[in-house]
Amino acid sequence: MNPKLLMRGLDAATSLLVTLGLLGLWWLATRQEWVSAIFLPGPQATWGALREGLLQGELLRLTLGTVERMAYGWALASAIGIALGALIGISPALRAWLQPMLELIRPLPASAVVPVAIALIGLSPAMVLIVIAFGAVWPVLLATVHGFASIEPRLHEVSRVLRLSPLAFIFKIGLPNALPDALAGMRISLTVSLILAIVGEMLASQEGLGQAILLAARSFRSAELFAGVALLGLIGFVSNALLSWAEHRVLRWKQP
Amino acid sequence: MKADLRGAVVPLGLLLLAEAGMRLNQVQSDALARPSEVGLALWQALLDGSLWLSSGQTLGAALAGLGLGGGLGLLLGLWFGLSRAAAQASSLSVELLRPVPSVALIPLSMLVFGFGFRMEIAVVAFTCFWPMLLLSQAAIRQVEPRLLEVARMLGFNPWDRVAKIVLPAALPRIFVAFRLSVGIALVVGVTVEIAANPQGLGYALMSAQQSLRPDLMFALLLWLGLLGWALSAGLLVLQQRWFRHSLPDAAGDRP
Repeated sequence: MNPKLLMRGLDAATSLLVTLGLLGLWWLATRQEWVSAIFLPGPQATWGALREGLLQGELLRLTLGTVERMAYGWALASAIGIALGALIGISPALRAWLQPMLELIRPLPASAVVPVAIALIGLSPAMVLIVIAFGAVWPVLLATVHGFASIEPRLHEVSRVLRLSPLAFIFKIGLPNALPDALAGMRISLTVSLILAIVGEMLASQEGLGQAILLAARSFRSAELFAGVALLGLIGFVSNALLSWAEHRVLRWKQP
Repeated sequence: MKADLRGAVVPLGLLLLAEAGMRLNQVQSDALARPSEVGLALWQALLDGSLWLSSGQTLGAALAGLGLGGGLGLLLGLWFGLSRAAAQASSLSVELLRPVPSVALIPLSMLVFGFGFRMEIAVVAFTCFWPMLLLSQAAIRQVEPRLLEVARMLGFNPWDRVAKIVLPAALPRIFVAFRLSVGIALVVGVTVEIAANPQGLGYALMSAQQSLRPDLMFALLLWLGLLGWALSAGLLVLQQRWFRHSLPDAAGDRP
């Protein structure tokens, strides 16, 4: 057998063992009641709640609700971010006028616009969606602007020689160049979208895992709380993995 | 200098437009306030001390959480950075735990600690743990290998190797990690307060909205923006002053 492959298998096995060890520690902690079961349900109890919820369809419905909200908000943020970023990024003058303001708004906690959105729009699904889109748009927007700003100057000359229209420049030269930056920004905004979807559900009482775990905590159903948190972790893990796979595929032409 | 002025035109113009538009149309709203009213509300909140109190609560919880979670993350990051075996063995656990969204822990933290500083600190600590762990691990990996050879040549024991070679060499990048984590800690702290914890700036923001005080709400939002901006700008200045030579390309400037 290939020694390199063997090493990699060994590494994976140790890694798995450590994870199983942590799970065992969790089991032991609840079994020996180091921590009260009200706060910390054991792995079996969590697994039981997860299984039951998924089989009955209740948890599945909530999960899909949260995923849907996150995906719509993220798609909206990505579309707006790339479009606005392209418009701002293509013109140095516009950059000088607008970028300082954008940089000022960026460090604002996205969740801080929730009260404003509640005051303006009310407690509705649309409010949550707008908050997600508003919060998640910044990483994409600023990354796209940066991607456009760092286009090789000679490409500008090429486009002038070819007499490309501004629109053709955006689609043929600008966007492909800004794509790696925009994708990196989209990865950050995916995380932001999930966080804001959860916060939005908690505050606006929209059906989803965010609201479900809050209710579970309020009524001391800790096994269901842990099942919800585990599912949210899974959503984060899977969405991130999917996006990084897509990123790898889309950017394949860039790799040597 | 010219670019700075141009950047200020648009926001100031928008503010003037809002002020003029609302004065002309006699807007009476529970959701909007004239910029001049917002400024007045901010001034009053600064005078009566309520703003300082809530800022202190938010910053205190955020920094305590950063100290706890970031400190643990730094220690583990040092260990994983020095030992590839340890990093490899823990990689699956890290990959499984890291994607758990920070706000998902708010209900759990509420259940365990109730309301107050401890629940907020716990959530901030969990969030700050990961970037500090991963970035400090990466910082150590990027230490010039020849420095480690020098340490071996000089016969340093492991403790001296870490304290005299590895840490000083990785410090600039660790500072960048710290700067990014401060921003994250503030955002998460405010989010916890908005979602659940009845204290600090986030709660003040929520209660200003609920008591139909749009002027105070926008004043708090403005204050929060200024606070976040001042923190990140201040830390950036420190970074450039202390580590200018070791971070020539301003690595990690963009999160």
